[in-house]
Amino acid sequence: MGRFHRHDDLSGYATGPDRVIVLERIFGENDRAAAANRRALDEHGIRCVNLMSSPGAGKTTLLVHTLRELASRNIRVGVVEGDIETSIDADRLTGLGAQVVLLNTGAGFGGECHLDAPMVARALGQLDLAGLDLVLVENVGNLVCPAEFDVGAHDSVMVYAITEGEEKPLKYPVMFRSVSVVLINKMDLLPHLDFDLDLFRHNVAQVNPHARLIELSARTGDGLAAWHDWLAPGPGGVRGPPGRG
Amino acid sequence: MHELSLCCSIYDIVGRALALRPGHSVEAVNLQVGQLRQVVPESLEFCWGMVTQDSPLAGSRLVIDQVPVVLDCLSCGESTTAADVFMLTCGSCGGGTITVRTGEEFMVTSLDVVADDVVAPSERS
Repeated sequence: MGRFHRHDDLSGYATGPDRVIVLERIFGENDRAAAANRRALDEHGIRCVNLMSSPGAGKTTLLVHTLRELASRNIRVGVVEGDIETSIDADRLTGLGAQVVLLNTGAGFGGECHLDAPMVARALGQLDLAGLDLVLVENVGNLVCPAEFDVGAHDSVMVYAITEGEEKPLKYPVMFRSVSVVLINKMDLLPHLDFDLDLFRHNVAQVNPHARLIELSARTGDGLAAWHDWLAPGPGGVRGPPGRG
Repeated sequence: MHELSLCCSIYDIVGRALALRPGHSVEAVNLQVGQLRQVVPESLEFCWGMVTQDSPLAGSRLVIDQVPVVLDCLSCGESTTAADVFMLTCGSCGGGTITVRTGEEFMVTSLDVVADDVVAPSERS
């Protein structure tokens, strides 16, 4: 008694908690699986693009047009379709000349909010990679979670509907930072909305000055050529990984 | 929204680290979380309780060290702390050509463990 000691000095005990250094990245396992996906795709000379958006921004409608166009350019496409529970989107994409694999994410607690690299690895296993030039991953509609998970794509693209307003880049900066292209969809609705296109472009530049913006309308077909040329420039060519002569 | 799957990843990492320390229990799991990570601390802690219940890690805590966003400006060379995560522009010259120095961390840094055979202080007469 009377001995000066700290409150947490439990005299007589040799050890308090012991600190074990770990220093392991929490996304490490996902990132290793993503790298393996990319290697498998590269070995087959396949380019892979991860498509992300809010629910209802028009990813599936856009893909319907894109699959038709790419088929007419003789580009062989595989689609990995992420959906929480249903096959509605996958059904819309069948019969358009592409191989479609549905990934239902509903096995988690109420459905995973994103596709991760191990899930995409399972889907790639169901595609005939030797017969493909391009794989499009349609991620789960969500502006938060998909941006955090590398699935092994070479590029990420966001589909953005102008009905979502100008401020979303500021609310979801991680998503906007993670993509190389933002497709500004539903441009046919511009006359009916108060959407300020210049302000939206400014907001995107605030968080991602390198993003390419392409205005289009999946409904009318306006602007789709620029998107398809970005995906597959040149006759029959797919811009992408090395390995294909 | 994906805190549950993140907790499953953290659980695996902690389990592997603990396997190297047989006879110990985990009191606290120390995390570094950059402010650019879209992780809600309360949600992460809640999910940790769900993931660890009825497991050897039941009762352990997550201790979250939030790392501020620091930007390096490629125009003027200054390093500034971002006022908020929505304006990733240089705090000095306002330029938009920046690299993120810190703020994207998401890591299990360490565990605080206790040996199982140490009698808890409250149980000592």
